Amino acid sequence: MNRNAKILWAIWALLALLGGIGLIERLFLGHRLAAYTSYVPWGMWVAAYIFFIGLSAGAFLLSSLVYVFGVHKLERIAKLALFVAATTLVMSLLTIWFDLGHMERNYEVFTRPHFHSMMAWMVWLYSAYFALLLGELYYALRRDMKSLSAEAIREDDRKLKRLATIGIPLAIAFHGGVGALFGTVSARPFWNSPIYPIMFLVGALLSGGALMTFIVASFWPDKDEAWLDLLQFLGKIVLGFLLFDLLLEWAEFSIPLWYGVGPEASLVKYVLFGPFWYVYWVVHILLGVAVPIYLLAAKRDAKSINLASALVAVTFFAIRLNLVIPGLVTPELKGLENAYVDPIGNHLSYHYVPSFFEWQILMGVVALGIAIFYLGRRHLPLVPNSTSHEVSK
Amino acid sequence: MEQSLQPSAPDSRRAFIEKVSSAVFAGLALNGVKLGAEEKTNTMPASGLPPMPASPFQLSEHVDQDVLIRMQAELERTMKKPFKERRWGMVIDTRKCTGCSSCTVGCVMENKLPPGVVYRPVINEERGTYPDVARTFTPRPCMHCEDPGCTPVCPVEATYKRADGIVVIDYDVCIGCRYCLTACPYQARTFDFGEHWTDNAAKGADGALALTEARAYQNPPNFEYGKHWERSEGLIPGSPVGNARKCTFCTHRLDQGMLPMCVSTCVGRATFFGDLNDPKSLVSELAGQANAKVLKPEAGTQPQVFYLS
Repeated sequence: MNRNAKILWAIWALLALLGGIGLIERLFLGHRLAAYTSYVPWGMWVAAYIFFIGLSAGAFLLSSLVYVFGVHKLERIAKLALFVAATTLVMSLLTIWFDLGHMERNYEVFTRPHFHSMMAWMVWLYSAYFALLLGELYYALRRDMKSLSAEAIREDDRKLKRLATIGIPLAIAFHGGVGALFGTVSARPFWNSPIYPIMFLVGALLSGGALMTFIVASFWPDKDEAWLDLLQFLGKIVLGFLLFDLLLEWAEFSIPLWYGVGPEASLVKYVLFGPFWYVYWVVHILLGVAVPIYLLAAKRDAKSINLASALVAVTFFAIRLNLVIPGLVTPELKGLENAYVDPIGNHLSYHYVPSFFEWQILMGVVALGIAIFYLGRRHLPLVPNSTSHEVSK
Repeated sequence: MEQSLQPSAPDSRRAFIEKVSSAVFAGLALNGVKLGAEEKTNTMPASGLPPMPASPFQLSEHVDQDVLIRMQAELERTMKKPFKERRWGMVIDTRKCTGCSSCTVGCVMENKLPPGVVYRPVINEERGTYPDVARTFTPRPCMHCEDPGCTPVCPVEATYKRADGIVVIDYDVCIGCRYCLTACPYQARTFDFGEHWTDNAAKGADGALALTEARAYQNPPNFEYGKHWERSEGLIPGSPVGNARKCTFCTHRLDQGMLPMCVSTCVGRATFFGDLNDPKSLVSELAGQANAKVLKPEAGTQPQVFYLS
């Protein structure tokens, strides 16, 4: 084990340890240590949930390019993309599960269905999507794990194509549904926008595509000419979605901001010039847009693509934070912020900064995601001509 | 009653002017005129109009009655009606509200609300710049909207509008996702984080006292929705910990023939409660006044709590 690997393992161990402590605190103290309030009822966990589930939908749609549309260039990463989609889905579901006040009642979404609720639809759709992902992984991987006849492989390919074809509308529906979960809330002018489901899909393709590009750039066994070619193709996809997402963001922000009047304008101003301006300008615009565009459009070498895609994938979380929280930070009735306070836990406040406890849970979920990916990468035939045992050492 | 006094005012003023004018006329110009002329001016108004009809506002039967007595009688009448024919509503006269917050406190006591959970805060707003300022008070219960934004979002249908108009939460079902908290345009829902009033007290010099004496108060159940709720934390929190919570119009008190606590504790008699389906009820009368408004009508949820200003 070289020095870099040791450092990475140490970081992982720290994440897992802090996450483990956070998990115990979450189970026995509930939500008391969380900084979200009754007035900002959704915090970083919800933002992380929609971030992870977007990564999943994006990676899945990338794999569908192969299984449905036969894009041969991406064939070699299809299985890896499916596995990444499953891993990030587990991360997202775990995060949102911890966010529930009564974790033990989650099954009620199925036993007491409420067909009017966008959240119920989202849960049903991502459950179906999860089952479909597992099915696809099974048919995509089993040919490499035991010897199958040529006929059996062809049959598996047919099943794969069928599942992936169902998967495309399903992924669009469930992730569009996550956007609609926010967009349909008319009480929140910042969220109440028909562009949200579309933005969520583009954001999923962008962040999921960037994550896959980063993984291919970092963890591919044979870094040869074909690999560089694949990487540059992926880099172009990421660049395209990055620019398209920027266009949608311009639409989302410039319309309410143009005359600067109205409740939505003040919320956009909060995002751009409020106390957390640096999340937008430094994390999102500088590190998540400007630097990656330069690296992807001007440099285009493997290292640049690696760095750019990592930046896009990670900083997309800032976009998600800037979607969930600004929608909640202004009082729905003027003066409510001072009408009654909570002297014990400060849970009647419009000021929200994630507590360390919330970060702990996020660290634990990330550590778990890394562990699942590491084990899968090591023990499953996710990349062609896998030499994973040698590479990972 | 304020309303009953106003209509009679023009009558007496007219009578007063008539008397004074006739005396002035008699004294000044018409010194030698016979008594018969003076009688004429008394019976026939100077303007030549017919006499005023009786006041259209017939509230006289309630004039000497405390509004609480009247609302109590109306409540008992309404509770005899079938459940579906009741439509509970509230009227808050902001001109009478003194901002004392005794409704908030009464509600906290009645429902044993922990820190961070509040059903009826009083918004205290200062307008203008010093020294030219005015203060307004706006108590904010749940609006029990006709078309609520909070109920359709619930993934498990734990919250719904009852046939009698009250929006309720089934604590045994609510999963604590807090979607409804985001969907209420009045932010009338709060989340029970599992806090206790003694949490910080138990740390200081009075710790031991807080643990023994004060917790004797906080541990007994509350009786929302007519059930026993014993809050507890832990792996599986005891509801309503981990649930969304909101004003219930004190359904448990209504079932016992009592007015909601905030109505009973209002020192200014500024909060009125009753059946909006009963045209003779006090709330129906008040909600029908021209100055009865709802908060944020643009939200489109048709609140059943009206404000007089």
